[in-house]
Amino acid sequence: MGEVIVITSGKGGVGKTTTTANIGTGLAIRGKKVVLIDTDIGLRNLDVVMGLENRIVYDLVDVVEGTCRSKQALIKDKRYEGLHLLPAAQTRDKTAVSPEQMQKLCEELKQEFDFVVIDCPAGIEQGFKNAIAGADKAIVVTTPEVSAVRDADRIIGLLEAHEVKNPKLLVNRVRVDMVKRGDMMNIEDILDILAIDLIGVVPDDEKIVISTNKGEPAVTDTKSAAGQAYREISSRILGENIPVMPLIPEDGFIFKIKKFFGLRTT
Amino acid sequence: MRGGIDMLDLKELFSFFTKKESSKNVAKERLKLVLIHDRANVSPQFLEMIKGEIIKVIQNYMEIDESELDIQLTKTKSDEGNRVVPALVANIPIRNVKNSGK
Repeated sequence: MGEVIVITSGKGGVGKTTTTANIGTGLAIRGKKVVLIDTDIGLRNLDVVMGLENRIVYDLVDVVEGTCRSKQALIKDKRYEGLHLLPAAQTRDKTAVSPEQMQKLCEELKQEFDFVVIDCPAGIEQGFKNAIAGADKAIVVTTPEVSAVRDADRIIGLLEAHEVKNPKLLVNRVRVDMVKRGDMMNIEDILDILAIDLIGVVPDDEKIVISTNKGEPAVTDTKSAAGQAYREISSRILGENIPVMPLIPEDGFIFKIKKFFGLRTT
Repeated sequence: MRGGIDMLDLKELFSFFTKKESSKNVAKERLKLVLIHDRANVSPQFLEMIKGEIIKVIQNYMEIDESELDIQLTKTKSDEGNRVVPALVANIPIRNVKNSGK
């Protein structure tokens, strides 16, 4: 029996889709059978981030409406064994799917896959309710900004109200230089305010833009700092106890670490 | 690379002497206040209800200026340490104290 993880945030543009793509791919690299579901009906994007946009035949709405079987709608990622995508419909809206239908679909997919990773749309309306309906666990994505942390707080409350217990926090796009000079909230500040467990910290990384341009998740790029963070997050999801790297290492230390990983991974 | 880090250190040292409040602390304080409101789900109607009840109670003991009564949910420094805690602050102008209590 697999596990259903929803990636949510409340606020748009904090990196839910990128996170879904990277965690899903990260788990697949580790040999797990994974299906990613894009629930952002009408504004689908997980397909392009994954580089699978040209292979869509059926979508999520086709599956819940019974136009096709779920197997037929799943796009198999040829690069990573065991990775699949169920794309959202682009020409419909969030009301085309109900929370009950999502719950049923998750139950079904869970039988066959180790992980069902759901990309939740921004907002707290129907799309959010659909995305969390079948979820066993949740990862709340935020960035170190007032607006994003505020929305994360609201989402944490709503998740708990909907019986999705113990959500984990992912702080995305952290800029170590700005944190260092006191112009960006650090992880302790954010954890202090939100009072939930941390699953990982992803540094702001140009390579994310490059990998999105290409449609190849950064988690596969051994030279990407964000990719490294996503690999560690995937490992934590698999139950490994990997400490979150300190954000403000001593001078020169981060450089050494980068070099170390660079050496080790090339 | 090295040069970049040294520049940063200098700036840090400078900001230490000028004691300019870092923008992250501004962000944190603003966030805390916003969340107090969000979490308490305080609607204007809710505050009006409290206001009405407070007026009723206080009027038993003193004459107050109802139109000037101001009540709001805000934050304050806690007694122990410098933690910020939510506070309900009411500003109630008194016109006259009744003696009927005695």
